[in-house]
Amino acid sequence: MMYNEKVMDHFQNPRNVGEIDSPSGVGEVGNMRCGDIMKIYIKVEDNIIKDIKFLTFGCGAAIASSSVLTEMVKNKTIDEALAITNNDVAEELGGLPAAKLHCSNLAADALHNAIKDYKEKNNIP
Amino acid sequence: MQRIYMDHSATTPLDEEVLEVMLPYLREIHGNPSSVHVFGSEARKGLNEAREKVAAALGASSPEEIIFTSGATESNNIAIQGVARALSSRGRHIITSSIEHHAVLDTVKYLGQIGFEVTFLPVDQYGMVDPDELAENITEDTILVSIMAANNEIGTIQPFEKIGEICRERGVYFHTDAVQAIGYLPFNLKEQPVDMLSLSAHKFYGPKGIGALYCRKGTKIRQLCFGGAQERKIRPGTENLPGIVGLGRAIELATTDIENRSRNLAALRDRLIRGLLEIEDIRLNGHPQKRLPGNVNVSVLYVEGESLLLDLDLKGVAASSGSACTSGSLDPSHVLMAIGLDHQTAQGSLRLSLGKSNTVAEIDYTVKCLKEIVERLRKMSPVLKK
Ligand SMILES: Cc1ncc(COP(=O)(O)O)c(C=O)c1O
Ligand SMILES: [Zn+2]
Repeated sequence: MMYNEKVMDHFQNPRNVGEIDSPSGVGEVGNMRCGDIMKIYIKVEDNIIKDIKFLTFGCGAAIASSSVLTEMVKNKTIDEALAITNNDVAEELGGLPAAKLHCSNLAADALHNAIKDYKEKNNIP
Repeated sequence: MQRIYMDHSATTPLDEEVLEVMLPYLREIHGNPSSVHVFGSEARKGLNEAREKVAAALGASSPEEIIFTSGATESNNIAIQGVARALSSRGRHIITSSIEHHAVLDTVKYLGQIGFEVTFLPVDQYGMVDPDELAENITEDTILVSIMAANNEIGTIQPFEKIGEICRERGVYFHTDAVQAIGYLPFNLKEQPVDMLSLSAHKFYGPKGIGALYCRKGTKIRQLCFGGAQERKIRPGTENLPGIVGLGRAIELATTDIENRSRNLAALRDRLIRGLLEIEDIRLNGHPQKRLPGNVNVSVLYVEGESLLLDLDLKGVAASSGSACTSGSLDPSHVLMAIGLDHQTAQGSLRLSLGKSNTVAEIDYTVKCLKEIVERLRKMSPVLKK
């Protein structure tokens, strides 16, 4: 198997799959290079991400990085969530094969887009 | 857990009978076929017999028309670059198709960079080259046409005899990459209008790293490597004798009873296709009839190919995909793009290539697994409109 155990665990048992009814923010990114697509839904209360869900069209690395991201972000403040980078996601997974790094580079971007969407809807600068 | 191998287009396991004939050449028969002494003549005998077997299996006029190589990659390079170099003063135009293996495609592209003119013929939605379109593209300057006999990804079988006839009429050399066709399509090169043909032993239960180029007598070709006088100097270097002997036995086995074996394998293939097409939003890639008996290639909409492969592997089924995420090159398969698939449909491609070990029970198990896998992955898909 080309992925480590943690990646395979998230691929086989992805956490927080699905959509959120009336979310506070939604972010979607498509990978212009390989075609993977990721969509993140967040529910924000008192500046804290209370709930997060994802949908992903993509390879093992893309699915696992979406899944692990949702775990990293849940119950974090908006500012803490904004500080998470694509690199942090890959590290949290215990590393990815070099050729697959770009596939994981969507997760943090999708999250940041969802936060941007939330801020715009609520007129938060 | 049972392990089910459905990736025979990538490579096949070594046949026991092939291993048997190779073993003496890895043990006691160690001579160099070029040597004068008895060790040499013993080795030479094995070399000659293998060459005769390959020639007989292909229906060649003479064993001399068989040149042993390290595999089809090298055979394709020798054929294409060899003709280009031999005939560059006569013409500089080469025609190929847009769905060739990279061993042909990239060789021709390279020649394009060093002053040759190259035409990449398009294919239709099933992956078929149009012989009339080929005829229209041949000019005074054309020296070589290279079109594969059957495609490794989607299994489409080309009208290569018709293509060869056109080439012969127009006085242009015709080379075909027949790697995937050996053992499934009968060849009789004495009669068929083919000047050069490439093959690789590991695709038909022979050893890896050994192949051959059939090169019709009189074909003008210039060597790429320089050295000894082996293989009519077209491919110098001390022969890989265990491999060559294995290739001889493997092609003999592969070309015995082609019709029956192909029919039986096609029945398994069709059962698999029928089962897969029960899944919603799935399409068959390649030609519905003119396809290799072991090839199944589908696109599962709304999911990506590598995730299909991972899930299948976890259930013990080995397959492959033309998805960008599995290619390492970040682009989906050029074959799938050439038959007109959009990016996302190419991403969801899955190739299951069957061989002699596969059973009806394995087919049914694979279909059952895939139904569950597709359902699981589609639940995660943002592109599926619910
Ligand atoms: C159509 C075709 N041509 C050429 C090759 C190259 O064969 P080899 O890797 O044995 O040189 C392959 C193998 O993948 C193939 O399928
Ligand atoms: Zn990917």
